[in-house]
Amino acid sequence: MFNLVSLIAGLLFGFGLALSGMVSPGKVIGFLDLTGNWDPSLAFVMGGGVLVTVISFRFLLKRSTPFFGGEFKLPTKKDLDKRLVIGAILFGLGWGLGGLCPGPALSSLAYGNMKIVVFVLSMIGGIIIAKLATGAFKKTG
Amino acid sequence: MENFTPISSLIGGIILGLSATLLLMAGRIAGISGILSSLIPPQPGDALWRVLFIAGLILGAAAYPLFGGDMSFVTLNPYLLPDSAHYVLLIVAGLLVGGGTYIGAGCTSGHGICGLGRLSLRSFSAVMIFMAVAVITVFVMRVLVGG
Repeated sequence: MFNLVSLIAGLLFGFGLALSGMVSPGKVIGFLDLTGNWDPSLAFVMGGGVLVTVISFRFLLKRSTPFFGGEFKLPTKKDLDKRLVIGAILFGLGWGLGGLCPGPALSSLAYGNMKIVVFVLSMIGGIIIAKLATGAFKKTG
Repeated sequence: MENFTPISSLIGGIILGLSATLLLMAGRIAGISGILSSLIPPQPGDALWRVLFIAGLILGAAAYPLFGGDMSFVTLNPYLLPDSAHYVLLIVAGLLVGGGTYIGAGCTSGHGICGLGRLSLRSFSAVMIFMAVAVITVFVMRVLVGG
């Protein structure tokens, strides 16, 4: 059941990213290009998404267990630490350079372009380097 | 503003919110960077749902043009770089996006759509930082290479 829910959520997410325009680095860069030919469309993507979650999450998180059973796996950290700031800076740099964030990059594998494959492999490489640098592999075995 | 698509972007965003809602009904946060990074390496009993979500992402994106969605707006190389330079840029960008989202524990989906929905101060701060840095990066790239 949980796996089926995850597949359906993924299908929705991929379709939503394509419809919203997020799969186009040109559109992402156009949104970030405040001083150029600014395209505000992607503010509507984030706005639409948060509009739904800010309402639905309130109700879902009032329960002690998830609607479909099992238990919640939620982020537990509350404080702003150096890692959050450094990570967000590095991500912002990469996002501004390539116009791709993780969701649209993985989704765009659907369109069979070698440039997307190279980006996704580099992204996986970045995760591995960061895990090595922070000693994450030792912790998880 | 000739490329402005408020309606499809808003509907697309609402679908992302519904997807995140569905996944939270199963107890998980729809943070794509986290779903991917926790697969490296795969952990027993915690890998299948992640693989299925990513498979769904790809199939869902593939379905859009099959259902008549217009893909002509997609531009992969907005800075109009020569192909070889664009590959180098994508490798650098990919490393930064992968490493940055792992270290910062989230991306546009986890910190953005889900974190803001949870009213998390950490996520709000992360979104402000990566948006500001991305805006500055695009500004600098426009000055350096145009496009």
